[in-house]
Amino acid sequence: MQTVATPLRNRRVLVVSGLAALLVLTALVSLAVGARPIGVGAVWQALWTPSGTEEDVIVRGLRVPRTVLGIAVGLALGVAGALMQGHTRNPLADPGLLAVSAGAALAVVIGIYAFGVTTLLGYVWFAFAGAFAASVAVFVLGSLGPGGASPVSLALAGVAVTALLGALTSAIVLVDVSTLDAYRFWAVGALAGRGPDVALQVAPFVLGGLVIGLAGAPGLNLLALGDDVARGLGQNVTLVRWSGPVAITLLTGAAVAACGPIAFLGLVVPHIARALTGPDHRWLLPAAGLAGAVLLLVADIVGRVVARPGELQVGIVLALVGAPFFIALVRRRRLVAL
Amino acid sequence: MTHVTGTDGVRLQARGLQLAYGDNVVVDDLDLDVFDETVTAVIGPNGCGKSTLLRALARLLPARSGHVLLDGRRIDRTPTREVAKVLGVLPQAPVAPEGLTVADLVARGRHPHQTWYRQWSTDDESAVGEALAWTGMTEFATRTLDQLSGGQRQRAWISMALAQGTDVVLLDEPTTYLDLAHQVDVLDLVERLNREMGRTVVMVLHDLNLAARYAGRLVAMRAGRIVASGTPDEVLTEDLLCDVFGLDARVVPDPVTGTPLVVPIGRRSRVDPARRP
Repeated sequence: MQTVATPLRNRRVLVVSGLAALLVLTALVSLAVGARPIGVGAVWQALWTPSGTEEDVIVRGLRVPRTVLGIAVGLALGVAGALMQGHTRNPLADPGLLAVSAGAALAVVIGIYAFGVTTLLGYVWFAFAGAFAASVAVFVLGSLGPGGASPVSLALAGVAVTALLGALTSAIVLVDVSTLDAYRFWAVGALAGRGPDVALQVAPFVLGGLVIGLAGAPGLNLLALGDDVARGLGQNVTLVRWSGPVAITLLTGAAVAACGPIAFLGLVVPHIARALTGPDHRWLLPAAGLAGAVLLLVADIVGRVVARPGELQVGIVLALVGAPFFIALVRRRRLVAL
Repeated sequence: MTHVTGTDGVRLQARGLQLAYGDNVVVDDLDLDVFDETVTAVIGPNGCGKSTLLRALARLLPARSGHVLLDGRRIDRTPTREVAKVLGVLPQAPVAPEGLTVADLVARGRHPHQTWYRQWSTDDESAVGEALAWTGMTEFATRTLDQLSGGQRQRAWISMALAQGTDVVLLDEPTTYLDLAHQVDVLDLVERLNREMGRTVVMVLHDLNLAARYAGRLVAMRAGRIVASGTPDEVLTEDLLCDVFGLDARVVPDPVTGTPLVVPIGRRSRVDPARRP
């Protein structure tokens, strides 16, 4: 039946499938480009019929894990950013607002300083623990008020906890130079050097976060119309309220644990997605996830190319590209507010 | 439409209702019957608890004591999604995210009829299409709400409540921020909702004359209690206006409809001869 809503829906299907196709393309480029360029034909051969050549080893051993991790982290940060902005109704909110990154950073610093952890794989669990501890602290603080947890009280608690954790991190790092040396490589945010084991460790958390986030999308749509309208339409508001931060913590915690804090992605990507799909979270969340994965891979690819024979880490590329991009976005169109 | 009504065609009932925000008791020991297929308007001065009462009737505010019955069942013990299939509510001046289209807004009214695995059905499709057509909003379906005038926006919200497909609709000051022409426009829509679709409507209204014209029953509140209820002729008397609003006024028949028309006297009209020709 052709009705008023059909053209809109067709456009959204087009947007999401277009982004998915773009992601596949970007992933292929990510497998081919690097310090040693490998042709698409050779990549294909390495993927499906490996024969143990040097190119096969590079593609399968280095670039596949790196690309898979990039997709997972990009999906996580894109969806987490869209959830964060939707739940706080603040277009400038980013997933770091729940103090997840700050908690992960402090835990990693403690791991380096007190426990002598030196491997990326070792950082993962410290980062995870810190991310979860910080967001639990934010929830508890934010729920203490008479009205319980509200977007505003959670954001305020997040800012306060972030400031505290940041100060503690600085204190440790300033006291001990060797800790600073190890920490600053983690703190930049990178996809390089993470083996398949890192991706496997964070994958369940990313998956859980995506499922919880997407399941909450219809409820989040109603919440955007105000609590009274949402409850009037039979929505359990408390359930949706809590699903958001839980999903955001899982997604951001996994991303930070795997790659270190990556700025800008969670802030910028939801705006791109919203411009394409409109404010319906059932479409916005998948679009933001796919766009996040594409953007992260592109930034990683750019980082491999611009500083040959070395590499620029993806966190730096995103900061360099993300900031002007965001300014341009704000200037070009009035920020699509929430 | 099939439904089980309470005794004597009562859809919605309040019994011994006490409502409070914190320690501040706003409504106390209140009884109310809302009859099937009627339009009931709740009137009263600012702060008398009429919006609070409406929120309680819509189970948005839990009662401190007493209870609300919807079709004879306690509303706070009925699953909220089931309530949402029978009773819809439109708060005062509702908010919408920027960029939301009219079609999307109206579609969200279908939420109580959807499940997580079936987000859209042909029933939803036709309910949304009919609601838009009925309120004359079809041509605006792909516009975003921020592109609409205040009157059109209110029509869009009413379309959403209509798409929800509930027998009972509660409206909290549906004419807020609208000029008089659009107030009449929205209330005409409410009247059709009742007459053509058989919906039971309870609304909070500020304008007494419009309330008298569009509602079959008036409920007058003061300080959290119902002072009078009945037909507009029974309720809107000069004594009641003095008692409830502290307003010195004459009540004359409305030249158009014959319903009571409130003409405030005020102080100035008598004291200031300079304003007379």
